[in-house]
Amino acid sequence: MSLSRRAAVTGIGETVYAKSSEKSVLRLALEASLAAIHDAGLQPREIDGLIPYAGMGVVAEDLIVNLGLDGVRFSATTPLGGASPVAAVQCASAAVSSGLCRHVLIPVARNLATGGRISERLRQMPQFNTVAEFELPVGVFAPAQLYAPMARLHMEQYGTRPEHFAEIAISTRHNACLRGNAMMTAPLTLEDYLASRMIADPFRLHDCSLESSGAAAVIVSSVEGALDLRHPVITVLGTAEGHPDSPVSITQRKDLIEIGLDKAAPRAFAMAGVATHDIDVAEIYDCFTYVVLRQLEALGFCGRGEGGAFVASGAIRLEGRLPINTHGGLLSQAHMVGMNHIVELVRQLRGSAGPTQISGARVGLVTGYGDLGDGTVAILGRE
Amino acid sequence: MSELLQPQSQASVDSPPYWQGLRNHQLRLQRCPGCGTYRHYPRPLCPHCHCFEAEWVTVSGEAEVCSWTTLHHAFHPAFKALIPCVVVTATLREGVRLLAPFRGDSARLTRGLALRVGFEEISAELTLPMLLPA
Ligand SMILES: [Zn+2]
Repeated sequence: MSLSRRAAVTGIGETVYAKSSEKSVLRLALEASLAAIHDAGLQPREIDGLIPYAGMGVVAEDLIVNLGLDGVRFSATTPLGGASPVAAVQCASAAVSSGLCRHVLIPVARNLATGGRISERLRQMPQFNTVAEFELPVGVFAPAQLYAPMARLHMEQYGTRPEHFAEIAISTRHNACLRGNAMMTAPLTLEDYLASRMIADPFRLHDCSLESSGAAAVIVSSVEGALDLRHPVITVLGTAEGHPDSPVSITQRKDLIEIGLDKAAPRAFAMAGVATHDIDVAEIYDCFTYVVLRQLEALGFCGRGEGGAFVASGAIRLEGRLPINTHGGLLSQAHMVGMNHIVELVRQLRGSAGPTQISGARVGLVTGYGDLGDGTVAILGRE
Repeated sequence: MSELLQPQSQASVDSPPYWQGLRNHQLRLQRCPGCGTYRHYPRPLCPHCHCFEAEWVTVSGEAEVCSWTTLHHAFHPAFKALIPCVVVTATLREGVRLLAPFRGDSARLTRGLALRVGFEEISAELTLPMLLPA
């Protein structure tokens, strides 16, 4: 039995995104959850499934007691770092299509003030135990540092250049400026990009995503449950999760350039029954510019090693053949762990994305990328 | 050095011979007695033949450059004094890799450059590997 076309994303909600917030993570999660529930046209009591983001310290019980949910029949977490929200869409699709429940609420919330520093967070995540023991003592533990050797090898093997990474940062900023509700509001030039300070070579400051406070949430419903709701039905056409070899250490990965999405993408396209040329718009997890470039290759929009030439062609601009990150992404809108990417894809397919709306968008794709290369992808369509 | 950076404080039960080897200026790796596969970083089970046993083998430290990065931002105060620092992902002759600071002319770094392993005593308890041109 395929999951294809048996689940739908029926509700979306977001708070304001900013560097800091006076509100607790729980308060933010509840605000985005209520917004998504209202957007769907549901009453809170109709939520019967919960997949809270594993990294935020808010659990299903917190949502039950605050939202007054008395009929929850399914709860889970999908602890894959930045791949978690799309993995949660896959998990929710399985739950609603099997009849375990009808409407699954998936909230993500962050508050930098209470979220802990990056080095302390590392110690609390078992998937980073290996990094913490063997790589942290050398000074390597932040994602920019852990991913930099992958980007360097891509540059050495395939001639990928800083200008290619810059194109991703610049086009994403352009979309954020058009769109609003973005933390970054000033255009970015190539000169700005090249002048920005090095963090972990080849990553400059403008290759790195933002740190943000706020929340976003979506509701995944069974297609039957979606039919009588408020919006056009946006169905899950295909979805998949993939883990790279040596998922606990990039250093020990035989093929340093491989990511989980290399394994997941073909399965998602096969499940959806669509090809890359059918994708009208894509929201690509952009913790770093290089990670976008590599995912474009893994998804099959270009061959391995061709990501630099692909983005240099203008393909990812709003008027290009594959517009991406139309909301400004993690690089320029906010770091909502990619839940903002799912929200944006639903807006695009509903036709309500405002100044960055891709005209006639009917099929789109969203990815997640987490921890040391876990990959998730969902292909959504308006049918 | 802060407690955060003491690998012994979070060592897995499989790794003490590795850390002890470094203190003796030896690079030691786990090798599966069942099928001969090296496994690094240390862990309990051979993924090829599912043998739980491991023998500890002292290796030569001959390696070559796979990739590298220069750290410019410390991300933690404990590392401020160390940066900028070039860190190399090196492939050991045994096939597994080492991530360690490069103590040579970074302008000469290129894929495949031959390396040898050296040792740096950070404290009485902690010695770390480093990499030099062969
Ligand atoms: Zn074995």
